[in-house]
Amino acid sequence: MATIASSETEPAKAEGAKPKSFRLSPAAISYLQATPLALILGAFLLLPILMISVVSFWDYDFAQMYPDFLTMNYAETLGSWVTWKTYLNTLKFAFLVWTITLVVGFWVAYFLAFHIRTTAMQMVLFLVCTVPFLTSNIIRMISWIPVLGRNGLVNTTLINAGIIPEPIEWLLYSDFAVVLAMVHLYTLFMVTPIFNTLMRIDKSLVEAARDAGATSWQTLTNVILPLAKPGMAIGTIFVVTLVMADFSTVQVMSGGQSASVALMMKNQMSLLQYPAAAANAVVLLVLVLIMVAGILRIVDIRKEL
Amino acid sequence: MHSDKRGREFYLLAIFFVVFVLFLYGPLSAILILSFQGPNGGLTFPLNGVSLRWFANLFETQAVGDFGGSFRRSAMLGIMVMIVTVVVSLLAGLAFRRRFIGSTALFYLAVASLVVPSIIISLGIGVVFQQLGFQPSWYSSAFGAHLTWTLPFGVLIMFAVFNRFSPAYEEAARDLGASSWQTFRHVVLPMIAPSLVGVGLFGFTLSYDEFARTLMTAGTFNTLPLEIYGMTTNVTTPVLYALGTVTTVFSFLVIAGTLGLIVHLNRRRLRS
Repeated sequence: MATIASSETEPAKAEGAKPKSFRLSPAAISYLQATPLALILGAFLLLPILMISVVSFWDYDFAQMYPDFLTMNYAETLGSWVTWKTYLNTLKFAFLVWTITLVVGFWVAYFLAFHIRTTAMQMVLFLVCTVPFLTSNIIRMISWIPVLGRNGLVNTTLINAGIIPEPIEWLLYSDFAVVLAMVHLYTLFMVTPIFNTLMRIDKSLVEAARDAGATSWQTLTNVILPLAKPGMAIGTIFVVTLVMADFSTVQVMSGGQSASVALMMKNQMSLLQYPAAAANAVVLLVLVLIMVAGILRIVDIRKEL
Repeated sequence: MHSDKRGREFYLLAIFFVVFVLFLYGPLSAILILSFQGPNGGLTFPLNGVSLRWFANLFETQAVGDFGGSFRRSAMLGIMVMIVTVVVSLLAGLAFRRRFIGSTALFYLAVASLVVPSIIISLGIGVVFQQLGFQPSWYSSAFGAHLTWTLPFGVLIMFAVFNRFSPAYEEAARDLGASSWQTFRHVVLPMIAPSLVGVGLFGFTLSYDEFARTLMTAGTFNTLPLEIYGMTTNVTTPVLYALGTVTTVFSFLVIAGTLGLIVHLNRRRLRS
């Protein structure tokens, strides 16, 4: 009714000749409001990616780049055994970190959502988990050095307790250290979306399951886990893309002994081999986007917010 | 509702949660303690006496590069990013309340901004600036690079906020004769103000700590995270930890202040 009435009165108003109250149509207002976002993302996201794809076909020497159309950069990247090993290594990190953060993140979120009874307490504990995420990643990363190092806390404690005769060498500057630091840095990206989905589960569903005789384990596997999947999918997008893009954690925590695609890119960039780095960037970007597109088939982000 | 006693599951999960929190904060406290290392102490435990020497060292410019300058630049950049993130996300959130042609594309562009590896953005903006003949600097190229990271968070938060926002309040205001600006200023804005403060906090801290995106875009002068990253490879004294302690304490202060502001805004809204 209301819409009919307004659509009838609107032309009348327009004919009523009141030019001083100039009004934009709702659609025009939406476009105006969306313009700044579109401009910024266009200039600092789309244009740079476009530029990278162009540059990846260029020629270069030690000093500068030359516009050209060569597939050499791709041939060199994809034809090298080192590249494939680096990609495999990066995927290995992504898989390990994803598995661990998924398990840890789910239980933390589940505890907060279903075992803490007051909303205030839930928010306080959730903030306790969130605060480290808002501090410097590099500081959080290097804070593992005095803990894991040869004379670090863990080794000293174990030796003093007489459990091991000499320091464990693989605690720091190893793949173990890389995975540990990444789990430390990125678990929150898993906790938050899962917590968000769990909080939206109607508690009466859980009660219904219990009334129907389900054990708490059965409720968990048959009711809560399936409903938590969208949150897990969003968390997965975050964690996987962050690990695939990581170079600093791999560089610092492996002590230069391990490699990742982004680290390989960074090294090429420091040698001013931009076209080679660009070819790598395109391959990495395609890989990441395929992974994300696969996950987005499971979940509609717009519905989950 | 939950009148039954806490089961074994609760205690197991509570222990798990405590261990997780210790895992989050433990290493950070190691740095905090070690930054008070004595003058002859090294990068690891045990403490070799207690001193403020490394904090003093931090403010002697020649010792560790340009700590003061990089801190000022990072703080400035954080504030710039914060303001733009809040304004642009709010506008985009308002825009997304209506479906318009291209809204889905713009939404997924924002999501893409979140998933594109940070180093690719860094490289891309660096190359664009080089090809256009612009000098990259923290207030232009790095500023834009940081926005590609903070804006998607802001947009997603505003999207979530407006998803839960009932249009009934605005309709009521309009029925009472409020103009659309008055409706926004006196009805919508007070209700979403706490979320906007949250978006601002994200904008500031994400920018203040970001460094992969700054790597190729900072130009001549380093931001603080770049300075710290450089130090990880060539500084072998606890001055690194002192710097870590100072920036972490600064972050904590910013977070605490913001949370206080959010609580205050919520209280005021409930009172009125």
